[in-house]
Amino acid sequence: MPDWTSWLEYGFMKNALAAVIIITPLFGLMGTMIVNKKMAYFSDALGHSALTGIAAGVVFGVQNTSISMVVFAIIFALLLNKIAESSTAVDTIISVFSSCSVAVGLVILSKGGNFSKYSSILVGDVLSITKQEIGYLAVIFVITVLFWFFGFNWLNSVCIHKALAGSKGIPVKLMDDIFAVLTALIVVLSIKWVGILIINALLILPAASARNISENMREYHFFSLLFSLFSGVLGLVLSYYTSVATGPMIVILASVIYFATYFWRKI
Amino acid sequence: MRKIINPCGFHCIKVNHLGVSFGDQVVLSDVNLHIHCGSLNAVIGKNGAGKSTLVRAMLNNIEHTGSIEFRDTKNGQMKRLKIGYVPQSVNIEKNTPVSVYDLLAGFESRYPVFLPKSRKVYERMKKSLRIFEAEDLIDKQVCNLSGGQLQRVLLSLAIMDEPNLLLLDEPVSGIDKNGMELFFGTMDYLKKHYDLAIILISHDLDYVAKYADHVVLLDQTVLKQGTVREVYGSPEFEEVFSAGKDETWIKEEKENA
Repeated sequence: MPDWTSWLEYGFMKNALAAVIIITPLFGLMGTMIVNKKMAYFSDALGHSALTGIAAGVVFGVQNTSISMVVFAIIFALLLNKIAESSTAVDTIISVFSSCSVAVGLVILSKGGNFSKYSSILVGDVLSITKQEIGYLAVIFVITVLFWFFGFNWLNSVCIHKALAGSKGIPVKLMDDIFAVLTALIVVLSIKWVGILIINALLILPAASARNISENMREYHFFSLLFSLFSGVLGLVLSYYTSVATGPMIVILASVIYFATYFWRKI
Repeated sequence: MRKIINPCGFHCIKVNHLGVSFGDQVVLSDVNLHIHCGSLNAVIGKNGAGKSTLVRAMLNNIEHTGSIEFRDTKNGQMKRLKIGYVPQSVNIEKNTPVSVYDLLAGFESRYPVFLPKSRKVYERMKKSLRIFEAEDLIDKQVCNLSGGQLQRVLLSLAIMDEPNLLLLDEPVSGIDKNGMELFFGTMDYLKKHYDLAIILISHDLDYVAKYADHVVLLDQTVLKQGTVREVYGSPEFEEVFSAGKDETWIKEEKENA
């Protein structure tokens, strides 16, 4: 019989497990609102902007590229929010911004044929996470949970009807901006471990699956967190035993859950 | 919300020289309204006359010129105007996991709606739904409500914090004849038993004729206002709603068919 706990003997696996236990509920939580607000495209663009953030860091000689990524993503998010406010063709604008920033990032990072140095960020590697980096994630986790407790009702109201929320004295713009900045922070701080190519899947899939089978906010949150954590932990363990990349494994499990809930709803 | 025997009749709301422009395009200009508590005021007009813009301007949702005053005529004191707004519809699609409780509590309570329901908040929401005979809807999914049911839920939400003015953008579709009768009956009940004024953006001239105390005919500005009789008999009304002006092409199409 195989030993199902042997993977925990390695320090890097313990760290990875801690990271997954922090990141996945965080994604499950944010996902509920991203899906309801139809911001899937927006969060995808934020993921792509991480490349430009790194590039900007290289250009300006910033040692810690996390800082340049965070700064760039926050500016990017607020700018997108601002433009989306006064325009109707939001998906087109996001797409333009997203592809433009990816192109700029790729041009700068590939100068001199050096891109392979950065290619790990495309797929991500949760096994290389350090204790200190887990600490950063824990901080953003606590901030998000606090914001959820104090701000979710308002966030939900703004999502349901902006003018109605405004008439009840809810600061509509501020809530939209805080949510966009928080999404940006979470995306860029976890992108190294999850990877640009699949980060959005992790944000969207658990919430989208939960939406298939939920009738109210309590079920929605419960299932989204459950699916997210379940596919995260199981994906990590399975990837260890099958020697494949962790992120994609988690996404495959989350997709299987999505299709299962989709057909469950149909019958 | 506090129920009273009769509206006092001493509060009034004045809209002075209200104007809205989007870039070069003037949507509303010099709109003046004088509204008393306990009255049902209907705003009518063609599509694109600026009715919804008027609502958004009164909600301070868009930039506008002019002012809105709320005054106690007994002692002339100015007060802060509280508006209860009922939108045409809400941004909730099919399969959205938002129940009526989530909708109401999200707006009216600081207790997070993703936590197990609070009995206290639940009872408060139920009480307010009861005014519109909608308490049975509290655990239903908002996306599965009929047009009339959603409207009653939104009305409960609108009057929850005792507004002085109820501002309604009447839904264009989704409510049948029975529902309309019920809706206008409710409006009548509200204006008689609560201390508030009602402004209703309406598309149904027959119901307006039957229930409104004051009618405002809008097309960029106030073309005509007064009682139903005064407005409906006016040349301006004839001009705006005369049959066939906008719809001639339909007739032509029928003839060609």
